Amino acid sequence: MSSRIPLAYNPKVLELFRNPKNLGRMEDADVEALAGSIACGDMIAIYLKVNKETERISAASFESYGCAANIAASSIMTEMIKGKTLEEAWSLNWKDISDELGGLPSVKYHCGILAVGALRRAIRAYFKEKPKPSWMPEEPTPDEKHALEEEKLLEILTKRVQKRMEARSRRIQGTEEKK
Amino acid sequence: MYSDLSRDVQKLLESHGRAEKEVYLDSENSGLIFPEAIDAMIKAYEDKGRGHPAITHRVGWETYETLYGTTSTVAKAVNSRPEEIVYTHGGTESNNLAITGLARASPKRRKIVVSSIEHLSVIFPSERLEEYGFKLVKIPVDEEGSIDLDFLAEQIDQDTLLLSVAPVNHEIGVIQDVGAVVELVRDRDDEVKIHFDACDALGKIPLDVKRLDVDLASFSSHKVYGPKGVGALYVREGIELKPIIHGQLSTQRLWPGLENIPGIVGFARALDLMHKNLEHYASYMIGLRDKLIDVIMDSVDYTLLNGPRGSRRSPDNINLSFLYCEGEALTVELSLKGVYVSSGSACTSRVLQPSHVLLAIGRRYEEAHGSILMKITPFHSESDIEYVLERFPEAVARIRSISPLKPGSEENV
Repeated sequence: MSSRIPLAYNPKVLELFRNPKNLGRMEDADVEALAGSIACGDMIAIYLKVNKETERISAASFESYGCAANIAASSIMTEMIKGKTLEEAWSLNWKDISDELGGLPSVKYHCGILAVGALRRAIRAYFKEKPKPSWMPEEPTPDEKHALEEEKLLEILTKRVQKRMEARSRRIQGTEEKK
Repeated sequence: MYSDLSRDVQKLLESHGRAEKEVYLDSENSGLIFPEAIDAMIKAYEDKGRGHPAITHRVGWETYETLYGTTSTVAKAVNSRPEEIVYTHGGTESNNLAITGLARASPKRRKIVVSSIEHLSVIFPSERLEEYGFKLVKIPVDEEGSIDLDFLAEQIDQDTLLLSVAPVNHEIGVIQDVGAVVELVRDRDDEVKIHFDACDALGKIPLDVKRLDVDLASFSSHKVYGPKGVGALYVREGIELKPIIHGQLSTQRLWPGLENIPGIVGFARALDLMHKNLEHYASYMIGLRDKLIDVIMDSVDYTLLNGPRGSRRSPDNINLSFLYCEGEALTVELSLKGVYVSSGSACTSRVLQPSHVLLAIGRRYEEAHGSILMKITPFHSESDIEYVLERFPEAVARIRSISPLKPGSEENV
């Protein structure tokens, strides 16, 4: 196995892993977004129902392919944004999520970052056909970039594996020809 | 800060609770020990192993006698001479001593050849030596983990210092044809030194260092269900190594400091039991291993076996990849059900990279992330395996139910 690290999860992480709140695809969501990639080992889907007049989040749910911390971070985030306006939800950051979980181990911070990345992507998607609010920056925020970087990493890693496999099959062919 | 952490772990354990039955399948990371080894260690602490073996008084001489006796047991199990055994404090140290100790003693040859699926305690010291002008070559393996002998042959030349390969891989259990490997290397250049990381072979398959004609071989106590913190290195007579740590010497020239005598006694006791019962234990473990593999693969969809089937697989090793299922989450879910396993997922690692062994056999990242490693031991019973088989499908199903990627949907793969 790879180099290991103690992951003494806060009991809250285990509790939310065991009984996640707001788990599952929302069929009548107003907006949804996906962040991360299966190749990186974590991926989060966020679903929001938004009141058109008040721009308040009336319901939020998630799905997660990832570790226990990833599941807990996504779950607690959907709890934290319920009833908030989109502007308030936008200002949530990964540290808020980590604090709410009683502190994530440092190697798991990225779980919180990815959850925020997915949320901001969903909020951007909500305003896709609407005039952009002043509080939403034009450029992607660091959390959104993190999600993008993970997805870019996927391409690089996939290419690397492909290259290795090609080199191997070339070598095997070469040996067979020699024989 | 430290006490906060400890309180959190206490709370974590309270909230985790304990399942009605527990089955410990994580001997890769230690955890099960022969009761006979514990008894032998207690005796050593209380009586003839409590002293320092290099001191000139009665207690010292008694301790020396104890050490001498246990070393004979260890040597006999691998068919070496007692003088050829060096004790360390684990397999990691043995591998480091073999590789770095040989490099330090070798002024001329500069090439180190290792397989791409070696343990990190072989790969990392070899990579470190690159900083000192050594050249490292990693031999590719096929999709079951067998090393590419043609590639190896090309790498053996007058600059090659060392070949290091594990007769049994720690993660996917593949048994290498080490007889063929040694013959190939000796044929091409008989100055090349050969090291086996035999931590996972010891006690699981027959291991005769003389017949195999190997120069260096690493062993680990906890892998033969002895105590943690004890390892050994076989150094064939005439092979020059330099120590890699320095201090007051005791009975050993290559590893300074006081030997862990009671630990060594426990190791020797456990190894003796594994050695004497090797055939019986191996066929027993193979029965449980194959039942677990076959029934899980039948009852859980989208499952891959990592490593070979049958006689080319170590009797204790089970390594399965569950697609659409993240491995770390699955270890936690299984833990809540009392089944303890480990995973090659990136999420369990410091560097967030999945297992290099699984990538080397051509597994995709998502396949490596969903991998679960289990090790059968002679301590497991049929009913343990039944319990695991009952719990496994529901555990995988729950983790899959949380994921946005659903089995079978094309966009996922």
